[in-house]
Amino acid sequence: MATKSLVTRPSVRQGRVTPQQRELFAGLAFISPWIIGFLIFTAGPMVISLGLSLTDYDVLNPPEFVGFENYQRLFTDPRLGLSLANSFIYALLHVPSVIIVALGLALLLNRVGRAAGFFRTIFYLPSVTPAVAVATLWLWILNPRIGLVNQGLALLGMQGPGWTTDPVWIKPGIALMSLWAVGSTVILYLAALKNVPNELYEAARIDGANSWQQLLRITIPLISPTIFFTLIVNTIGALQIFTEVYTMFFGNMSSGAASSAGLFYNIYLFRQAFEFLRMGYASAMAWLLFFIILILTFIQLRVSKRWVYYEGS
Amino acid sequence: MINTGNDSVLQAQLREPAPRQPIRVRGTLIKAVFLFLLVLCTILFLAPFIWLVSASLKTRAEVFNNELLPNPVAWQNYIYVWQAAPMLTWLRNSLVVGVLASAAVTVSCSLIAFGFSYFRFRGRDTLFGLVLATMMLPGVVTMIPVFLVWRSLGQINTLTPLWASNLFGSAFYIFMIRQFYLGLPRELFEAARVDGASYFDLWRVIALPLTRTALIVVFIFEFKASWTDLVKPLIYLQNTNLFTLPLGLKSILDQFGQGGEMQWEVVLAASVIVTVPMIIIFFIGQRYFMDGIATTGIKG
Repeated sequence: MATKSLVTRPSVRQGRVTPQQRELFAGLAFISPWIIGFLIFTAGPMVISLGLSLTDYDVLNPPEFVGFENYQRLFTDPRLGLSLANSFIYALLHVPSVIIVALGLALLLNRVGRAAGFFRTIFYLPSVTPAVAVATLWLWILNPRIGLVNQGLALLGMQGPGWTTDPVWIKPGIALMSLWAVGSTVILYLAALKNVPNELYEAARIDGANSWQQLLRITIPLISPTIFFTLIVNTIGALQIFTEVYTMFFGNMSSGAASSAGLFYNIYLFRQAFEFLRMGYASAMAWLLFFIILILTFIQLRVSKRWVYYEGS
Repeated sequence: MINTGNDSVLQAQLREPAPRQPIRVRGTLIKAVFLFLLVLCTILFLAPFIWLVSASLKTRAEVFNNELLPNPVAWQNYIYVWQAAPMLTWLRNSLVVGVLASAAVTVSCSLIAFGFSYFRFRGRDTLFGLVLATMMLPGVVTMIPVFLVWRSLGQINTLTPLWASNLFGSAFYIFMIRQFYLGLPRELFEAARVDGASYFDLWRVIALPLTRTALIVVFIFEFKASWTDLVKPLIYLQNTNLFTLPLGLKSILDQFGQGGEMQWEVVLAASVIVTVPMIIIFFIGQRYFMDGIATTGIKG
């Protein structure tokens, strides 16, 4: 409402207000929803979260100030260490495999002309499937005895592992499942591949470069900004995986092996906050995650200077 | 002598296309190999879907027999799941939340992005930097305080927290729509200003229609995000009749699946019901999905 009155009546004020001021008021009016939302849903909560992380708070009783106790506990809680390690192992499995598989599929798609549209659609289908349904379905696809994955491996004469039961194989199983949703990364890479100028390949062919050399010397350097983008986004996303794992291994039922091997950081955080009602500790956990993500992104940005190629630089 | 020399050059030029032939054959061969590999991958990508649909139509005794076609076809699984769980209510809740969340975010982001692109004022770019910076913040940092905000407003166990924060925009979409606005020539707006259009008119009459594609992309992606979200429903909803489909499916999994009554055919039928609407929407809005990802890198 405020937006409208400010914006539609500038002529009334024309006498007193300079054009610059008018633009300022109108601009602020347009972005006011964001400013309000930022205060209520981002800035305010950040302050509250920081405050809560210094307290014991179970929602029902008023918060009790405990100083840095929650942060000290971060370093002594073995379950926290476990959940952090699980999330990192998963990220290390997930991120490189997504990048390699997506790049492989995009390279194939880039060479088949108009048919690419059809395959692209198929590859993207799992990405629009709700994560809860994906996880439910993959509980069976990964089932050690009757699942499609192990049945397929059996056809090749291999004995598949206990993807959903063996603590060692739970994270690779989830990483395998995550590859099913590789479609959006494929589409990104395909768009990047289309932008690589053909002349470069022609020149390389004249110089006698084979396909492998062309891939390593031309294609990958030229799409490295996109690869870098997906590296950062997928790392941040992998460290925060929640829905699929929660659906498969948590909730009403308790499943033995998965309750430790599948205890990911955000699942532990969620349980601390909303199941054990330790809001203060969960807030401290959230800040630790934020800190880790900031550091990782910073490191990736620094390292990227060595291998990411930007046009014109 | 000179003539012969020229002839040989000419002949060489005439002969040049000849070695191309094997390259073209090789090209076709490579393309065929690639197509074959892609068809293999397609089968791998589709196999889980086919297994799901097939198993959801099998009887309890045969649900895990891995046969391609269900025999007999157990349509009753689908009837049973509608009776055993309030699927229709969940479907309605998901639709309501999805439409409200998408509409709210589309309109608010369009307005906000316009404020960040057309108007020139001091501090604008600093503020916009702040918008971008919020994207770095993991959701879990604000999760608990935002929960407390909705709790203090008495909105726990209502659908409101699932969509209402979208009224205040969302950093990524603001960024995306702003990119589109920056591509519009400023003269367009100045001309309308001279004709006496208000700022609000500039947005409604010029900016809004010209960025239709971007807005459809935003709407579709937010709808997908809302339709597939489990976290917010898990935090805010306790009453079964308020569940959205993902939370409903999780409760069916807990009740009829592992640790429960072991009626997996029911769980799988429910999974199909949760998935199908999104697949239909995807096929209708396919172009927008593809454009949206390719141009912005939205994590689909």
